[in-house]
Amino acid sequence: MSDISNVDFERIKHKKRMATEDIIFYIFNTAFLLLFAVVTLYPVLNTLAYSFNDGNDAVRGGIYLLPRRFSLRSYQEVLFERDGIHQGAKVTVARTVLGTLTSLAANALLSFILSRKKFLFKSSLSLFWIITMYASGGLIPVLILFRYLHLTSSFWVYIIPGMVSAFNVMVMRTYMQGIPDSLEEAAQLEGAGYMRVFISIITPLCKPVYATIALFVAVYHWNAWFDAMLYNRFDPQYTTLQYELMKLLDSVSATTGGQGSAAQMTAANANTLTPITVRAAATIATMAPIIALYPFLQRYFVTGLTIGGVKE
Amino acid sequence: MENSISESKVKNPKKEIDINKPKFTVKEFKRQWVLVAISAVYVIYGIIFYYLPLVGWIMAFQKFVYRDNIIQAITGSKWVGLDKFKFLFSNNKFPIVIRNTFAMGTLNLIFSTIAAIVFAILLNEVRNKYFKKSIQTISYMPHFLSWIIVVAIVHDALTSTGIVNDLLMRVGILKQPYAFLGDPKLFWGIVTFSNLWKETGWNAIIYLAAITSIDPCLYESASIDGAGRFQKMRYVTLPGLRPTIMILLLMNVGNVLNAGFELQYLLGNGLVQNVSRTIDIYVLDWALDAKNMDYSLGTAAGIFKTVVSMTFIVGANYIAKRKGDDRLF
Repeated sequence: MSDISNVDFERIKHKKRMATEDIIFYIFNTAFLLLFAVVTLYPVLNTLAYSFNDGNDAVRGGIYLLPRRFSLRSYQEVLFERDGIHQGAKVTVARTVLGTLTSLAANALLSFILSRKKFLFKSSLSLFWIITMYASGGLIPVLILFRYLHLTSSFWVYIIPGMVSAFNVMVMRTYMQGIPDSLEEAAQLEGAGYMRVFISIITPLCKPVYATIALFVAVYHWNAWFDAMLYNRFDPQYTTLQYELMKLLDSVSATTGGQGSAAQMTAANANTLTPITVRAAATIATMAPIIALYPFLQRYFVTGLTIGGVKE
Repeated sequence: MENSISESKVKNPKKEIDINKPKFTVKEFKRQWVLVAISAVYVIYGIIFYYLPLVGWIMAFQKFVYRDNIIQAITGSKWVGLDKFKFLFSNNKFPIVIRNTFAMGTLNLIFSTIAAIVFAILLNEVRNKYFKKSIQTISYMPHFLSWIIVVAIVHDALTSTGIVNDLLMRVGILKQPYAFLGDPKLFWGIVTFSNLWKETGWNAIIYLAAITSIDPCLYESASIDGAGRFQKMRYVTLPGLRPTIMILLLMNVGNVLNAGFELQYLLGNGLVQNVSRTIDIYVLDWALDAKNMDYSLGTAAGIFKTVVSMTFIVGANYIAKRKGDDRLF
């Protein structure tokens, strides 16, 4: 009798200890994740607060999550009065739309070919593209090549060279390999050629992976600035939004020591000291479209990453 | 994941015979002519944009002078043998650049892997669905920001009036604002932290997916055996993640030298250039600096980088193969 009650007592004590341990763990875990969220969000919210603040007032500092003296002046300047940003936005939108469409089509067609089990040159063509993932000629040979191809000082340098990406092709190919062959065989019995199969059978089934790749490529184009600096430095008509943002931010931080030599060179053009609120407004305006869209596209990039990581 | 492991174990001793492997016949070739024709276009494209730059490596063995006619440029430039490579290693500028690239690349690889795994495991322990979803959505956000914006954010946070100085002064750790970005000792740490800030949530996606694919029975039997929460993490979750970690490490080892351009270029300044300059920045300087432009030297530095990266990939694969883990190719 006493034995039994003893055992029960022990068990209850054990359970209780586990429960307090659980509670402590949950509290710490929640606190840690909340801290993570704050560290992630605060800088963006702070920039947002600055962007809506009056320019002269903001110099005093001390603005945290809310603007002190509300003003839309900075946005007015960024959106309507700066020609560079205007031109950069046009080019960026153009390259994002055109670049995403061409890249998607080019990658999808190559993936289709590589995912045909009976294709005679399947393994050699895969190897040809896998090599491109690892062996790169380097920045200068590419720059020289583009000069000979007349791709520098041109809009097309944004579209043509990066159109096919081996990584994206591997992701798409893996997805297409999962589509049952019977569908293709049935269509071919009906007399459909390869292109017919690609357009009417494979493409509709691949919408999720197409969305994933389109998202990756679109984000890349939206955020690109380095190609604008490297290939189109002297052609303001081909500038991009991020490159304009860089020049704008750089003209401020140049006072704290400056950045690379090339960056300083370009910043010299925009020598005027940009108010902190204008910087903030430009930053927010540039990130806004992506920040507004990405929460709705989550399931696509989760799929894409898992396929990409779990190859073979 | 588990599939690919068992497959590769089957493959390893003897190559399995691929039933689907097509036989080359004229009839089959004729049937596939559309595919062959399109492939040819892709091969031409690939040769132009990916393989021709490799031919450009000959510039590293010349004193290359740009001319509008490509034939003249190649034949007209003087051959200098390995002089450019000798010059790279004759002064200490390039070795410092190599050290910086390695150091920041390695720090980034190690810490980003650990941070992503820890974040994924902790997030996985959250019971409340909405809290979990919100944290995860927030954690992806920085990945979508450009490096330009991330550097602006880091710069704003660390400047003399920024939030970090503000907090440290309020708590009383600092008496006056500290110039974090001007301190060479802190630069690698700041770079590593910036990388973590931007990519931890994104990198955790794969690990979270891998955790959900671990068999729940394993957790149940561990509980029955009396394993606590941390023991389950240690003995069930981590071993379950092992194949994923290995694959991602293999994929990223080759990128160690690539993981150092935009951030360092934008965040670096005159005060810290001894620790901030990476191989890519070194190459870029030779390409853009109008006064002493030297394409040949930049190409030589680029060749060094590619060759070392390739060695890393092959080496990592070799080690993984010997240890019996999953390989990349």
